[in-house]
Amino acid sequence: MAERGGRGAHGSLDKSITLPPHEIFRNLENAKRFAIDIGGSLTKLAYYSTVQHKVARVRSFDHSGKDLEHEPLYEITVQEEITARLHFIKFENTYIETCLDFIKDHLVNTETKVIKATGGVFAYQKDSDTEFRFQTNHPNIFPYLLVNIGSGVSIVKVETEDKFEWIGGSSIGGGTFWGLGALLTKTKKFDELLQLASKGQHTNVDMLVKDVYGGAYQTLGLSGNLIASSFGKSTTADKEFSKEDMAKSLLHMISNDIGQLACLYAKLHNLDKIYFGGFFIRGHPVTMRTITYSINFFSKGEVQALFLRHEGYLGAIGAFLKGAEQDNPNQYSWGENYAGSSGLMSTSPDVFPMQRTRSGTFDMFEMDRLERPLVNLPLLKDPSTYIPDTVDLTDDAMARKYWLTCFEEALDGVAKRAAASQPDSVDAPERAEKFRHKYWNKLQTLRQQPFAYGTLTVRSLLDTREHCLNEFNFPDPYSKVKQKENGIALKCFQSVIESLDSLGWEERQFALVKGLLAGNVFDWGAKAVSDQWLERLKGPPHKCALIFADNSGIDIILGVFPFVRELLSRGTEVILACNSGPALNDVTYSESLIVTERIAAMDPVIQSALREEKLMLVQTGSSSPCLDLSRLDKGLAVLVRERATDLVIIEGMGRAIHTNYYAALNCESLKLAVIKNSWLADRLGGKIFSVIFKYEVPCK
Amino acid sequence: APPFPWFGLDIGGTLVKLVYFEPKDITAEEEEEEVENLKSIRKYLTSNVAYGSAGVRDVHLELKELTLCARKGNLHFIRFPTHDMPAFIHMGSEKHFSSLHTTLCATGGGAYKFEQDFRTMGDLQLCKLDELDCLVRGVLYIDSVGFNGHSECYYFENPTDAERCQKLPFNLENPYPLLLVNIGSGVSILAVYSKDNYKRVTGTSLGGGTFFGLCCLLTGCSTFEEALEMASHGDSTKVDKLVRDIYGGDYERFGLPGWAVASSFGNMMSKEKRESVSKEDLARATLVTITNNIGSIARMCALNENINRVVFVGNFLRINTISMRLLAYALDYWSKGQLKALFLEHEGYFGAVGALLGLLDSA
Repeated sequence: MAERGGRGAHGSLDKSITLPPHEIFRNLENAKRFAIDIGGSLTKLAYYSTVQHKVARVRSFDHSGKDLEHEPLYEITVQEEITARLHFIKFENTYIETCLDFIKDHLVNTETKVIKATGGVFAYQKDSDTEFRFQTNHPNIFPYLLVNIGSGVSIVKVETEDKFEWIGGSSIGGGTFWGLGALLTKTKKFDELLQLASKGQHTNVDMLVKDVYGGAYQTLGLSGNLIASSFGKSTTADKEFSKEDMAKSLLHMISNDIGQLACLYAKLHNLDKIYFGGFFIRGHPVTMRTITYSINFFSKGEVQALFLRHEGYLGAIGAFLKGAEQDNPNQYSWGENYAGSSGLMSTSPDVFPMQRTRSGTFDMFEMDRLERPLVNLPLLKDPSTYIPDTVDLTDDAMARKYWLTCFEEALDGVAKRAAASQPDSVDAPERAEKFRHKYWNKLQTLRQQPFAYGTLTVRSLLDTREHCLNEFNFPDPYSKVKQKENGIALKCFQSVIESLDSLGWEERQFALVKGLLAGNVFDWGAKAVSDQWLERLKGPPHKCALIFADNSGIDIILGVFPFVRELLSRGTEVILACNSGPALNDVTYSESLIVTERIAAMDPVIQSALREEKLMLVQTGSSSPCLDLSRLDKGLAVLVRERATDLVIIEGMGRAIHTNYYAALNCESLKLAVIKNSWLADRLGGKIFSVIFKYEVPCK
Repeated sequence: APPFPWFGLDIGGTLVKLVYFEPKDITAEEEEEEVENLKSIRKYLTSNVAYGSAGVRDVHLELKELTLCARKGNLHFIRFPTHDMPAFIHMGSEKHFSSLHTTLCATGGGAYKFEQDFRTMGDLQLCKLDELDCLVRGVLYIDSVGFNGHSECYYFENPTDAERCQKLPFNLENPYPLLLVNIGSGVSILAVYSKDNYKRVTGTSLGGGTFFGLCCLLTGCSTFEEALEMASHGDSTKVDKLVRDIYGGDYERFGLPGWAVASSFGNMMSKEKRESVSKEDLARATLVTITNNIGSIARMCALNENINRVVFVGNFLRINTISMRLLAYALDYWSKGQLKALFLEHEGYFGAVGALLGLLDSA
């Protein structure tokens, strides 16, 4: 769909302002707070807006005196909800008047406020399939050197969140590249200069060590390709040099110089991490690569160059922070809205011109406020090294191709289902098509630039799809399906319990695990795996089990609940955690409340457990089909600690395979899933519909 | 002592530096025995100040009545562009240099690059010497013998005060430790702790070659002298974006004075300003940018190595008072007077001197 924009790679930058302003300054009508930072060449603005969007809610009917056989289990309503969103936008100062006019016309009132936000941090890697390696948010990032490359360079030593000091700078920065580059190449725009540079050969302009030493440099232990003198070959009036070559030489010269100075400052202050930001970097893989090369060269690998995916917003976020402290920022968490953020640009600028044109001039970053704080699961063995995702698709080209194709192929179906989920809405098909188009474009961007939105994982693909669905007001396409399946499963609950109770103890344990794995596909090849679990069950009961539930319907009602029942009868308390918001056919917290209430009405074991608070229902804080154990609802974490939880059960592909397959906990855990995907089964060395049953005991 | 002629050769990326020791204590007997070839070389070098189209003898640098290996004589300093090397080798061949059975000691990258040419075209075996060894040795030697009774080393007093700033001799009697910054086409920075103990700290590719190369592209000039001449008439503040251009004055929060350059060539981002600057302004800005950057890197190295005397050498500084004063100023200002910038009269010839001294060892 790259051709949809209809723009070529060249000469299109001037036109990017023709991108409708409302697509850039989204939701300006509802902007409550506003901050602007006009720099030497770029303007950054940040605002806080309230977003009204549709959410699906479920509400239990009053069933007294009604015909339970034919009524739906509960009522689904779609309501308007208002949530907060942060917008960060950057653009070249050239557009400032146009932009400010637009803003003036649409802005109602302004004020500043306290915001706390963190971005994805990554390091650039050369000689690797992945060009970027992302870091999860590290608790110990301090101290570090912050090198902001704007027109000039500022070097700041950051010791804590609020203790930092300007320790130096350099006048050779982005403005030098731009200004000198414009003089040398008659090319006016920064992005065009970078584009020229990426096509040039600096060796035509620079004097290299081998130019000085001839072929004999090897004997000196020097690399002949080192630059001895930047522009050292242009010391002649009678030779023409190509624009591309000069731009490339200039880029190397400036990147190397900044890297060298940064290393000298890092050494003087004994720091080994340098974060780079500023418009010179601004998501430009070309400059990130040259800066990283320079840091590696000058520090001999001792210093790490790091970049922020949404770099350049530090000033804007800072401006927010400096405002009046009216909100308590600790009450909230923020999550990136993948649907509203623009991606990183490609190392090869021509690959995807439309996307480049857009984000090269206007860069957008949106964060949605999540109404509850998110924290680590207290049972994580080492929160600082925990990575939820099993496969890094930025790293693994084969897996990436496979999954992107999978998501592409599934897209039409998802769009159809979304449209079908709102049969009463006239514009549902149109919105579904917009959703399809947007997500398709994101997938195409990711094909060309896997790193565009941070680490690419199955989880991020799923989450992005959910964000795009929400964007077009499809808050819960599966709500009716889930409603129906929950109803059917509830009807079978009692007979399933009866048949389980009639089994002998050992047989029942197998049947319960089978039920958790959605019995119909269970392959008894997994028998050997569960022996260890069986042995464990013969021992003393667990104090408290935390279960992360997966799907609605059969899974939760006929799989999870019988299992919960068994745990309860052993004297184990159970915390049942369900998603806060909808994702696919996963059971949500509010659905789980209704389902549990109905089961309790049929089953005295569940009923008394609820009453005695031995069975507790909590929300995860997530609306993802996957599970990030480092971002869980605070209430869940508190309860896990209070009840001395010593068993964690994670079920389903999204939570136990795509994520957390390798997660290490400091208590016992069960990870269960059925591989419903032949390619993945192949990769894991099994067959489709084979079973993952991982019972793990932490080493003492 | 080795047989005459005594040469030391330093073949850099842009310039070849040649020092020649002219014995003045030649006895009548020696004169008689001196072969014709040798005599003609001596006469050719000492009776001219220019050689070919671009070779120059820096007469003002000549060291008189020097004693080397118990011989008295004058040391001559000659330079020519590296691209004239083939012509130089050709001349050596025509003058039958090889028949003198002397050793030619050479340093610099070109000692490697042209070794083969010397052998095949000139029938000469080069004795290659390490360029940093030669540099350090040359600096220490020339400083120790002085400059015809004057001090080789000097500094600028009151570098931050244009009115009162003046060049004064500096006594480098106890030179260690010192940071030696050699600015040729590129830049090498050495920390020297004693006669035999030094290390290369770092280097940068932004050196004299960058200044000259960028000037050629920006102004169409064709010689270093021309580039410097243009720079001396230009105003870099039209090209560079200063702190005051952004903040209206000093940026007190960071302690930055308004006159400091915030972004080199930063004004050139604007089309109007690109059209209003002169070639002279661009040459000056290039000079200031490269010089300040070297000063900045040198200062950081001095801090990291805990050395407070920084000696700048290299041919970038030849007839380049603008850069020397700027370096003196920058080091003094940004270090709050803790660092001192020193300069040497024989700027770019120390490598060649070191090569000559290497020749005398070999005997």
